[in-house]
Order: sequence, then structure tokens, then C-alpha cells
Amino acid sequence: MYDPTVARLTYRALLGRRRALILGALPLLLIVLSVAVRALTGADDQTAADVLGGFAIATMVPIIGVIAGTGAIGPEIDDGSVVYLLSKPLKRPAIIFTKLIVAIAVTMVFSAVPTLIAGLILNGNGQQIAVAYTVAALVSSIAYSALFLLLGTVSRHAVVFGLVYALVWEALFGSLVPGARTLSVQQWSLAVAHKIAGGDLVTSQVSLTTATVLLVVVTVLATWYAGQKLRTLKLAGEE
Amino acid sequence: MSTLTIDHVSRWFGNVVAVNDITMTIGPGVTGLLGPNGAGKSTLINMMGGFLAPSTGTVTLDGQPVWRNEKIYQHIGIVPEREAMYDFLTGREFVVANAELHGLGAKAAQKALATVEMEYAQDRRIATYSKGMRQRVKMASALVHDPSLLLLDEPFNGMDPRQRMQLMELLRTMGDEGRTVLFSSHILEEVEQLARHIEVVVAGRHAASGDFRKIRRLMTDRPHRYLVRSSDDRALAAALIADPSTAGIEVDMTEGALRIQAVDFGRFTALLPKVARDHGIRLLTVSPSDESLESVFSYLVAA
Repeated sequence: MYDPTVARLTYRALLGRRRALILGALPLLLIVLSVAVRALTGADDQTAADVLGGFAIATMVPIIGVIAGTGAIGPEIDDGSVVYLLSKPLKRPAIIFTKLIVAIAVTMVFSAVPTLIAGLILNGNGQQIAVAYTVAALVSSIAYSALFLLLGTVSRHAVVFGLVYALVWEALFGSLVPGARTLSVQQWSLAVAHKIAGGDLVTSQVSLTTATVLLVVVTVLATWYAGQKLRTLKLAGEE
Repeated sequence: MSTLTIDHVSRWFGNVVAVNDITMTIGPGVTGLLGPNGAGKSTLINMMGGFLAPSTGTVTLDGQPVWRNEKIYQHIGIVPEREAMYDFLTGREFVVANAELHGLGAKAAQKALATVEMEYAQDRRIATYSKGMRQRVKMASALVHDPSLLLLDEPFNGMDPRQRMQLMELLRTMGDEGRTVLFSSHILEEVEQLARHIEVVVAGRHAASGDFRKIRRLMTDRPHRYLVRSSDDRALAAALIADPSTAGIEVDMTEGALRIQAVDFGRFTALLPKVARDHGIRLLTVSPSDESLESVFSYLVAA
């Protein structure tokens, strides 16, 4: 299923100079913020949970997921260069699966690693907060990558839709509308984090079982559907 | 040896019919797909390459459907019209990646790069390539797995004359080797130089099919119109009308020019300068007034 050549092309496209700068900006901001907070308030568990939950998990991870997930395939479809992948005897789902792995890896590196570093800076992993949020970042990287890869496959406006989902749905509705909280990758990943940290510092609106089932179902369904869409992708529009 | 069969294929986008009930068979050798811009050539090539489903009808390669059949690409090489092609890679990296996607190695890629004579620039990034160089690297990527069918969408666009000659020579060799090579073009002269067999598409319809010379004769035998200005229009008109290659001459007083209808293109173009010289007349303007491709094609469709 995994094609190393497709992976190599995707990595190079994703980590091109401009995109890498965008991918690196938010993690850098998180770390700078953590250093500043630690310097100003000292090590505090609640502050650490607020910064990691409010900025890293609620904002940074979904935005990096959007950039990596849609960027793994969207630009190729937009400019037509995907034709060089599609004109090969490769199974379409294999192309999607490979791109998913790359998107997950990139999202994890640019979101989970800085989350861990920020957590260690903020309170030295007191009460397992750094590890719990890092695991949340890892888990949500998988689901976001699958969702946004699908979005990149089906829509030319994937980045806009992705950002609307990440910022409006997850951040805004997620905190206001109870139903939206259940259908939120962020809440699912927090359920996993809650299990690790215990206590009341990391909380989620959904149970661990529901969260696990939904994470798996969304990831599998989105990946499967993206593969199907790629099988019938029309490369028209020249005329 | 491969045969591509297009059987009663139509394709529409909403209310617009891009390809209208086309049936054709493309066999070994070089075939030119000729038609004016917007005639439906790219839509047709996209369907031949399996990138677009026909609304009705079927496209098959040696009996195998091309739509939703990835395995077919073991036999098809595609040179798309669009420019985008992983500009961040070098030419060599790009062709090697294409070879790997076919399960081949760097050796096949190097051979393809040598075939298109791009070894000298293979380690430069594609972003720095000229249009002709891009075209050749695209060609290398299409040849890397030695396909029996080669589809090229407007391959000569933007190439300089030397590059054009090189690519034509290459395609001619491929055709002579027994490969099925189909290229689209909206330029008669390109097709004339390269293809023995042509398929003409006009406004989504299949307008003509067959030997180029026969179709070209239809094209050249059509009346040609010229606008001519000279130092003595009336004397020139009198001298030209005496020859059977000229069917009619009108003296356009407002334009101050002659409107000439020639029936024998070759003979007329040789006659005009000779007559002018013999009569001491200076030619000031000689311009064909109906050379637009559309007029040529509409004549062909009417025939």
C-alpha cells in the first residue's frame, strides 16, 4: 500500500521552503509563548494546561493538520501535476494511503513535538500534562490528516473549508454548542489525554470509548472515501 | 502493437457538448488529431488517457477499458499539455520518480533522458527549464516504461523550430518502431510534417479521417483568397486572370487593392511574383484573407 516514491514527492512538496516556514511559525510561537509564560508566572499546572489546551490543541494542531493534510494532495490536483501519479499502474487508494502517512508524520512532527517541548518548558511535565497533551496532539494529527486529505481531494477550496472547520467549528461552536463538542476531533483527542493525565486539569466532553470509536471511524472512512474520489478524479478543465 | 478504439463517445459538461458521438480507431504509427482551439481535442485526449469518463460510449486499448483501469498505464505514456510538473525536482529526479512509479529504476530513467537529449540539463531544477526543455522532460517521463501507446496533447506548443524538429524526429521514430502515437495540434503544418494519418475534430464532431495527403488536397484545392496591393493593380489583374490558377479578381476601390480568388494554390503562389516581375509591377501587399484555421476547417467539414 505504501509507495516510497509517492511519499518522497509528497514530503518534498510539503516541506518546500515556503510551506515549511508556515508549518514552523505556529510551533515557534507556542514555544516562545511558553518561555514567556514560564518566565512571568513560574511553573503552574493550570497555566500549562490552559496554554497547551487553548493554543496547542485547539488552534495549532488543527491548523497544521489543514496545511499538511490539504497540502499533501490539493496543490497537485489544482495545478494538474497529479496526472504524473495517476498515469501510473498504481492503485489510487495506495496513493491516498501513502499521502496520509506523510501528512500524519508531518503534522505529528510540527505539532506533537513542539507541544511536548512547550509542556516541558511550562511545568516540566508535572501531573503528566506535557505527555497527555502530546498524546492528544499525536492522536488528533491522525484524524485531522485523514479529514483534510479528503477535503484536499474533493475540493479546490480545501484550505478555506479546513480553516473554517478548525477555527469556527472546533474553536467557536465547540465551546458553545454541546452537540458540536461531540463531533470534534479536539474533544476526542482530549478524552485520550484525560485518560493519561487523570484529575481535572485535562477534560473532555466525550467518553474515551466514544472518542476512540469516532477517531477510528472518521480516519478510516475519510481515507477510504478519498481513495474512491481519486479513482474517479476528472482532470478536465483545460478547455 | 496497440490499437485504441473510441466507440460512439460523447462527453458533455452541463449543457455544453464538448465531444459529440465520435468513433475512431487509432492504430500503430503516428496519427495527428487536428482541430481548432476549443474543438474538443483535449477532452478527447483526456478520455483516451483514462482521466475523464465518457458521458456515453467507450474507449478501449486492445479491448481493455481505459477508464478506472490503472493497469492500462503499463502500456500508455502520456504527455499532458499542462505545464505543472513538480518544479522543485531536477529533471533527473522527476524522470527517476516516474520510472520508480512504474516499478523501474534509474537505468530506465537515464535511457529516457538520453532519448530526449536532456542529459546535459538533467541536474538542473525543472523550475529553471525553458518550455521546450520541460516538454522534453515530460516526453522522457512518458517514455520511461517503453509504452506501446503514446498520447501527446499539443506537444509542440511553445517549442522553438529546432526543438520542434527534434521532437518530430523522435515521434516519427516511435511510429516507425510500431508504436501507436497520437498527438493533437491546431496547426496544419505541424500535422502535415509528422502524421500520415489524421483525425479532424471540429466543434466536438469528427469531421474527417484518413490519409493526410487526401485531406490536405481537399484543403489546398479549396479556393484561396488573397488581398494584393501593387504599383499597378489593373495591369496585374489583367495579367493574372489570363492564367487558369486564378478564378476571379475584384478591384476593391475603397481598399485600393485587388481581391483575388485562386483555385490552384501552388501554381498561383509561383505565378504571382513572376507575373509582377515580367510586367514591371511592384507588389506592395500580398496577404491571404481566409487563412484562419476555422475557415480551412469549415471548408473541410462542408466537403
